[in-house]
Amino acid sequence: MNSLSGWPGTEKLKREKVYILFLFLGLVLVAFVFITIGNLYYKQAEDFSGLIDAATDLVVLKAIAISITMALASTLIAFLFGVPLAYFLARKEFMGKSVIEGIVDIPLMIPHVVAGIALYGVFMRYGLIGAPLRKLGIVITDAYPGIVVAMLFMSLPYLVDTAREGFKEVDPRLENVARSLGASHWRTFREITFPLAFPSILSGAILSWGRAISEFSAVLIIAYHPISAPILIYEKFTSFGLRASRPISVLLISICLVIFIMLRWLQRRRG
Amino acid sequence: MIEVRALYKDWKEFALKDINLEIKKGEYFVILGPTGAGKTLLLETIAGFYIPDSGEVRIDGRDVTIIPPERRRIGFIYQDYSLFPHLNVEQNIEFGLKSRKKSASQDTNRKRVKEIMDWLSISHLAHRYPATLSGGEQQKVAIGRAIAIEPSILLLDEPLSALDRRTQDHLREELKRVKEEFGITMVHVTHDQTEALVLADRIAVMMQGRIMQVGTPQEIFNKPLNEELADFVGIENVLRGVVRINENGIAEIEVDMGVTIFAVSEYRDGAVKVFIRPEDIILSKSIGDSSARNVMNVRIKELHDMGPLTRVKLDGERSKHSKRIELVALITKQSREELGLKEGDAVYATFKATSVHVVRG
Repeated sequence: MNSLSGWPGTEKLKREKVYILFLFLGLVLVAFVFITIGNLYYKQAEDFSGLIDAATDLVVLKAIAISITMALASTLIAFLFGVPLAYFLARKEFMGKSVIEGIVDIPLMIPHVVAGIALYGVFMRYGLIGAPLRKLGIVITDAYPGIVVAMLFMSLPYLVDTAREGFKEVDPRLENVARSLGASHWRTFREITFPLAFPSILSGAILSWGRAISEFSAVLIIAYHPISAPILIYEKFTSFGLRASRPISVLLISICLVIFIMLRWLQRRRG
Repeated sequence: MIEVRALYKDWKEFALKDINLEIKKGEYFVILGPTGAGKTLLLETIAGFYIPDSGEVRIDGRDVTIIPPERRRIGFIYQDYSLFPHLNVEQNIEFGLKSRKKSASQDTNRKRVKEIMDWLSISHLAHRYPATLSGGEQQKVAIGRAIAIEPSILLLDEPLSALDRRTQDHLREELKRVKEEFGITMVHVTHDQTEALVLADRIAVMMQGRIMQVGTPQEIFNKPLNEELADFVGIENVLRGVVRINENGIAEIEVDMGVTIFAVSEYRDGAVKVFIRPEDIILSKSIGDSSARNVMNVRIKELHDMGPLTRVKLDGERSKHSKRIELVALITKQSREELGLKEGDAVYATFKATSVHVVRG
């Protein structure tokens, strides 16, 4: 590339023209997100006391805490069952594999309200799963488990799909060699496959966690209470307008962004 | 000893068909074949990565057909080394020790790793990660990692193919050293004939999922069982003929009207194919006294420069009754220059009766 440094600038630009065109097209999307969120912060900056009020309001803090912890629970469950599924799908070919992959991706395709209604049908008191659970004294609807169930349903494809692609990238020959060296299949998975796929699994977990926190419609239907952050924001918006709902939104986004950036940073450092 | 009996396996676009092999203890055994022959699949099945559709694999008399790979004590080396990218050289070599010797302390393991690294002269790489190593260094680490577990068998899948010539030469010597020092049975898969020739005690030629011939390098390269094998091992001269007489084990084979080739063969009559390696054909401008039984008048059709060697295409004298005989000879560039050979020259092609391999066909 050094030999190009003597060229006139316009010549260099001409060589890069496809990139330049694509950059401008892509920037439309970046601007779209940035302006929307930036505007939220900008407007809030004019009403700083409103933000302080929200940040010291116990109802608000509790709703945000519920959102974050329930999303974490949902992600842990998705991890516990999703990682094995992802590994299996990455390694095995079998009849009906695409059916299973399709089922896992259904939540990505259906409207969230519909998912909420479907979940409610299954988990309500007389529902297919709700009824037997109720006999055991476990209530799902309008309770913490309801929030987790809705979040899990909406977010699990992100973890499974990303982890599956991560496992696919781990060369099966590495596993073969590990086994030839005397490691059991289980040890091979723990010490070779899982650590190598971990960056992808973590990405999937972060996506899944983010998706879980942001879930509104499905949670709304199955568990309006205990009130989680998106529902509180919506409630404030419909009752008191933008001014009341914005500070909570800013607070929630800020906390999520901090966690998100920290995780990404950790992930980079490992890689 | 490794015994493979009536082994069949279908996997993706590869297949093993009725594989039967007996590999002796301490032998350097090479499986030679073109790409796509199923060589890797065979090796992976011996290692236990796949369970065959039918047939069996025995190691030292024990049936291991369905035994998982971790209980076979077989080292495996892939072409691309397959080092664990998240572990450094030391940890890679130590990996197998951790699973095999449950009782061994970490110190004992470390000492063993150190010994192996010294033996392979890679101690200075101990704390490097695979991505920072050259191909040759990586392959040495892979060898170290495999021999750390003191395997009785080492399976090598094209271990030298991704390396440059000089590194190949060096690692070939290392592989011989491994075999001699530890008495490990080596099964080495390759498509490279030189590699097979240099390393092998015995060679099995594999094509389209089948073992076509097993023998010493001498047998494989000079006495192929059929035309396909002859072609594969670079025997370019294949002539069809009929055995007219056989006197004291020397067959006279008429390959053309009036053209007879003498060959050491047991065949007394019938149609045969005659194989002659191009490097066994001597070219000269005059007939001198020689012990070679076969001398033919030929004309140089084409000369191809191949670095130190020259490939010479020859046309036999055309007879009235049949198509002309074509031969290929391989001579050194020096000989070519000394004889002053050029296209169109008439020369004598001479070869010994012992250089002619005859099969039915």
